[in-house]
Parts: sequence; C-alpha cells; structure tokens
Amino acid sequence: MQITEHKPLIVAFCCNWCSYAGADLAGNNRLNYPADVKIIRVPCSCRVNPMFVLRAFQKGADGVIICGCHPGDCHYTSGNYYARRRMAMLFSMLDYLGIERERTRVEWVSAAEGAKFSATMNDFVEKVTKLGKNKRLEDLRCKK
Amino acid sequence: MRKCSLSAINSIFEEIAKNTMLFLPVDNKDGKAEYKKWQEGFLLSEKLNTVKSPKEFLFPQTENLMEFKTSGKNIEIIDTRTAKEDFVVFGVRACDAKAFDILDKVFLTEPRDSYYASCREHGTIITLACNKPSETCFCSAFGIDPANPMGDVSAWKTENEMFFEANTEKGEKFIELIKNLTEKTDNKEVKKQKEKISNIMKKLPLANLSTEKFGGGKTKELFDAPEWAELSSTCLGCGTCTFVCPTCQCYDIKDFNTGKGVIRFRCWDSCMYSNFTLMAHGNNRNSQKERFRQRFMHKLVYFPENNDGTFGCVGCGRCLSRCPISMNIVKVMKKLGGKTND
Amino acid sequence: MQKITTDALVQKAVELLNNNTVSYVLGWKKGEFDYDITPYVFKDEKTLKEEFIYSDFCGVNLSKYLVAKTKELAGKILVFLKPCDTYSFNQLLTEHRFNREKVYAIGIPCEGMLDIDKIKLNLEGISSIVETKEGVKVNTLDDKTIELEKQAILLEKCKNCKSKKHYAYDELLGEEGDVLDNNRFDEVAKLESMTAEERFEFWQSQLSKCIRCNACRDACPACTCEKCVFDNPNSGIENKSPANSFEEKLFHIIRAFHVAGRCTDCGECSRACPQNIPLHLLNRKFIKDINEHYGEFQAGLEVGQRGPLVSYTTEDVEPSDVFNKGE
Repeated sequence: MQITEHKPLIVAFCCNWCSYAGADLAGNNRLNYPADVKIIRVPCSCRVNPMFVLRAFQKGADGVIICGCHPGDCHYTSGNYYARRRMAMLFSMLDYLGIERERTRVEWVSAAEGAKFSATMNDFVEKVTKLGKNKRLEDLRCKK
Repeated sequence: MRKCSLSAINSIFEEIAKNTMLFLPVDNKDGKAEYKKWQEGFLLSEKLNTVKSPKEFLFPQTENLMEFKTSGKNIEIIDTRTAKEDFVVFGVRACDAKAFDILDKVFLTEPRDSYYASCREHGTIITLACNKPSETCFCSAFGIDPANPMGDVSAWKTENEMFFEANTEKGEKFIELIKNLTEKTDNKEVKKQKEKISNIMKKLPLANLSTEKFGGGKTKELFDAPEWAELSSTCLGCGTCTFVCPTCQCYDIKDFNTGKGVIRFRCWDSCMYSNFTLMAHGNNRNSQKERFRQRFMHKLVYFPENNDGTFGCVGCGRCLSRCPISMNIVKVMKKLGGKTND
Repeated sequence: MQKITTDALVQKAVELLNNNTVSYVLGWKKGEFDYDITPYVFKDEKTLKEEFIYSDFCGVNLSKYLVAKTKELAGKILVFLKPCDTYSFNQLLTEHRFNREKVYAIGIPCEGMLDIDKIKLNLEGISSIVETKEGVKVNTLDDKTIELEKQAILLEKCKNCKSKKHYAYDELLGEEGDVLDNNRFDEVAKLESMTAEERFEFWQSQLSKCIRCNACRDACPACTCEKCVFDNPNSGIENKSPANSFEEKLFHIIRAFHVAGRCTDCGECSRACPQNIPLHLLNRKFIKDINEHYGEFQAGLEVGQRGPLVSYTTEDVEPSDVFNKGE
C-alpha cells in the first residue's frame, strides 16, 4: 500500500460579514484553496470563545485559523478589536505551553478579498502540513 | 520470617521487576513521595507516606468501562477490558493497606465489581511498617497498628536490614521469588523495632483521638448537630480531601462522545462537589454544609453502620496536610465530641 | 517594620464587636498544630480571645469568603486583609461580587507567609514551630530541633512579593508598606526562552500531576462564578477527572484565560494545589503579556478599573506579532 502524505484538518472560524463572504468570493472567482479547510461560520470573530479553539484541536484539528473583518470594519463596530486581544493572549498562552505557534493564526479578510482568503488558506495549510499531526494538543480518545 | 541487608534491597527490586511490574514510593522532583513504576536507579522513598494514596492501583481515577459504536440503527457494545498483568506494590503503609480492606467491602460484596476484582487479584501488596509516624497520624484511633501492617507480605525496616513475612498465599509466592536474595531469621529484631514504633505512637499528638461518639446508629444524634454549620463554614468545596483519601470510593459514570462513538468511563467523584449525585430533579445536597456533613457522616457513621462497625477512615493524615484551608476529619471528630483523654 | 501581634488584632476585633461596629469577625483560627490554621467567622469575644491567631501560617486569602459571607450573614463583617489580599478585595468589588457596606476591612502587615510543605521537606514529625528573628525553629516529635531560614520556606506566592502596600481598608493596623521591586516574571521569561519542545515537556510533566481536585479554582478569589462551566453538566465540558493529557491542559488553559486581566497574582492557586503544580506561572504569563502589549496593568489597584481584556485600542498588536518579540 502506498503511504499517503498526511492531510491536515484545518478549522477556520470565519465571521459572517467579511471573511465568510470573502470565502464565497474566492469560490465565485474559482480561486483554489485546499479542501482540508473546514469553515465554521460565526456571527463575528468575537464570538470565538477560547474553548472553541481548544475543542477544535481536541476533535482532531491540526490547525485553527480565525478570520474576521479588518480592524475598524467590524459589522458590530468593535467585535474584532476584542477578538484581537483575546486571540493574541490565547495563542501566546498556547505557545507558552509548547504548542507549535504555526498551528494558530488570526487573519483579517474582507468580503472583497477572495484572493487574500485563498492565499491565506494555501499558506496556512502548507505550514500546518509541514508540522505534521497535532500531537501536543490531541485527545487520543477522539483518534480511534 | 526472612531478611536481607538494606544494601541488597535494590537487587530484590530488580528481581521482582524481572517478573512483574513493581511500584514503589520514590521521591519526585518536588521532594515528595509518589508511587512510580520501578526502574534501575529508583530508590525507595524515606518519606512517611505518598501524597496520593495507593488506591489508584485497584481503583484508578479514570477507568474505561466499555465503548459504543453506532452504525445505522445498530449499536455495537465493545468490552474494552484487556487482560490485566500481575503487579506488586511495595512499601504500602499500614493505614493504606487497611484502606484496601475497606475498598474490598464496597467493591467485592455482591454485586462484585469485576474491574476492581481483577486489579485486586493481580496485585500483590507488600506493606512496610512506619518507623517514624508523624504528627498527622491517627491510625491507632481506628485500631490500626503501624508496627504490624497487613497486606500479602509485611516488611519491617531496621537500621541495616529489611525483614519480610508472608501473610497470604500470594505473599508466600513472593517470598519464594526472593528466597535466594534473603535469609531465614527469627523475629527478635523485628520485635525490637515494633516496640520502638509503639513508643513513638504513644507520644503522637493525636494518639488519644476517640471514636467513641461515632459508629453505626449515631445518625439521629449527629445528623442535626449544630456544629456542622460552623465546621463547614469556610470549606471551599474542592475535592482535595476526597482525592487524596485512601478510602473515598465514590465514583461517577460518564459518557464521552469521541465523534466516532462513545466511551463510557468511570471516574472518582467527590461529595464536596456541587454536581455530586446530580439527578434529573436536581441535587439533594444544596449547601456546602450538607456536602461536608455527608463526607464525614459517611466515614464515621453510615459506613460502620453497614459494615459491622468498621470506620471508613484509616487515619493516614493526608487530608490534614493537604486541605487548602486545614479543615479535616480530626477537627470534626474533636468538635463533635470525640474527646481526647489528655 | 514592627510585627503585628495576634493580641493586637484580637483587641481591635473585640473592641469593634463590643461597640457594635461589626457583628462578625472573619479571621484565622488555631488548629491542631502550629501550622494548621483555618479561616473562621468569629462571633464572640471568648472564641476570639481563645482561638484567633495571626502567625506566619496565615497564608489563606480571606477576601473571597466575603462573597458568600456577606450574603449569608446579616450583620457587618470585620475582615483582616494582608497587602496582597487587598488587591483581591478591590477586584471583587470591581466585579460587584459583594456589598462594600457590609464589610469593615482592616489592613494588617505581612512579612511573607510560610509553606509547611517546604518545612516538611526537611523533616517529618513536627511537634511545634516557633517563630524566630531569622525564620523558624522546628521541634520534632523525637526531640530534635532545627532552625530554618525564612527565605527558604516562604510560600511560592510570597517569594516574589509584589507589594506590602494596602490598596483597600477602613483602618490600618501597623505601618504601611511599599510596592516592591520584584522578579516575579523571571520564571516566565525563563520558560519563554526555552524551545517549544522544552516548554511542552515542562508543562506536560507539571500538568500531568493534576488530580482535578479543583482546589486552585475554589481557592481563587477571581473564580467566583455561581456555576463553573466545569461543574455544569450542560456545558459540554464538565469533567470530574483529568481523563487524559488534553483534559488537564483544557482545564488549566481555560481557567487561566478566564481570570486573565482579573487575576491579581495573589498566588492562592499554587498554594492550594496539593500536587505542587506552579499554576501561578500560567497567570503570570498572561499578566506579563498584558503588561508588554497593552500597557502595565495590575488588577485590584482600585475599584472600577476596566480590565485589559474587556477593552481595546485601535492600535493593538496583531496576534501574529505577539510571538515575534525578541526574535
């Protein structure tokens, strides 16, 4: 049997107003991004609770990316500003615990940036693929 | 009775480890004793006792019971038990050994707990007399003699030698295993050591702790005692006392959804937790006072009532040294009327 | 600094009880041994005189008890606060966790509290512990005596004391101290300078000791949720035991995150931990990050402060740039 290359599982939390529309635009423009990216639509990047990120890793994600409106452009005025602080703190903590920092990312993608969405995802998937399987924040019970 | 010199003890460990898994208390990085699987270079801890009790060997903190897999309308039930290996636990103190008897009463009476029973069958317990009981020790209140620990094999340590005596069939087998490394001896030295220990026991600050006011049939007398409110008033409701306790045996059974099936496992539970024995209608103990009372009534009244007077505490003193606010069973016993004779 | 005596505190408490300023006194009560001290609500002069104590083993932060006690008890409560406890006191008030009107706070000096575990590493079987100028004299059951230097047996939280200054009180006993220069972030910086593998090894070995007794949470003055998600069967993450290494990390990351920006670094988590996990290093990481990226912030300095994680500036650092410092 041929050994297949490790296919990572990426969870992308995308805000409804910008990044999710950005992903849509990427699709409409036929811009490729890997199918390993599973998008979860959230009302705002600020909706992402740190627990969501950890839960994604627990259930088998190899990388988690959070996408929201550009700072200043939040549909709810300031949601992404709060998200920015929270995720900066959370990801810094994960890094402190020795979880590879390339497994987490925050990107601002507007509804007009289909190309940026595609490029971001391609880049993120490539980096996470290089890291291999998520071993440091895994729940073995979910791998069986 | 057999003996070996203390310098030979490591070769005995080596011999045991050749045949079975050997666990013994060793000093960890924090300088505290902890049961670990023996490896070359591990030394038996000099500490009086471990932070966590050895009950884990028979009743692990989490234990998978079974798994479920669903496909369509079918549910497949998978028995996840694997064949248990034999193991030896060395250096168990008299109190902890007695705690195993208490656990036996819970898990081995019908309906027998097969998970526990299989651990019990495969384990050989080698106890070690306490040469230096400490101020937190009050095992004598429950009729335990640290100079005469039970278990499959009892061991005594003197200045230069270690003595072994088998108490059970399993113990005989163990003695047979280390026969070439030990020699036959009389019990003179051990007797001297026992006397030394007894003398220390008399001097312990908690030596005269009385259990007179407790035991089966005292429920009515103690349940509504006004002291409970005061005793529990600053209890944090954490589970430290229950999780370091060698006799606490309550557990919860939970399902974990793996996304591909369900793992049913059991884990230690603590009566100090607000979600202990939570039922559909809610909780039957709503305040920390009630939860606190449950823990001590269970150990001092309910358990002896159902088990011919055996108390559910062995006086190991772990809760005394580990409680973040230093509230413990000794304070409860003294307050509720267990007078000291001094 | 003049050391405050138990008698002085008792005298004050009795005075306030007798002139009806307060109805209860939240303090520390003597136990079986010299180190075995329990927080306690005193109601009368007699018990205060017989059982109240303020010694080197009164590490427990009493401020959290005010949340429950102000609701439970009808009258005014006198509480004794060490300098670091006053930060927690303010933080709880900021979060509207108790009614300030029902509390009479007395600030008392503290010269660092001792860790009985560290004393017991040196010897077992303690009959008495006597405070001396340099530290303590420990007498054992077999009639031996050893002397230990204070610095070596301080509680983890007192080793790098951040302040001897009280930030909240109605009355102060003894002299006021100062905010101290301290090295409390050194250990965090040391971890940060390690490789990811080393950090992972470190935390894996530490967190795997966790027995999920929740003592860290229950002792923490910032953890005052009526119902913790980890106790709530409907939350989806309730768990009573660290079933595997993921659960251990989940609990401690989420707990540290939940108190981030609110943690006053009182160190109760590490003191309460029966397994000696250096939990304060998680909280201090957040404090250090907040200080570096969002400006110096100390929770509990005053009532009504806005926490760093519930505010923002438009120029905040990007999450990707937090990693890039010093590289």
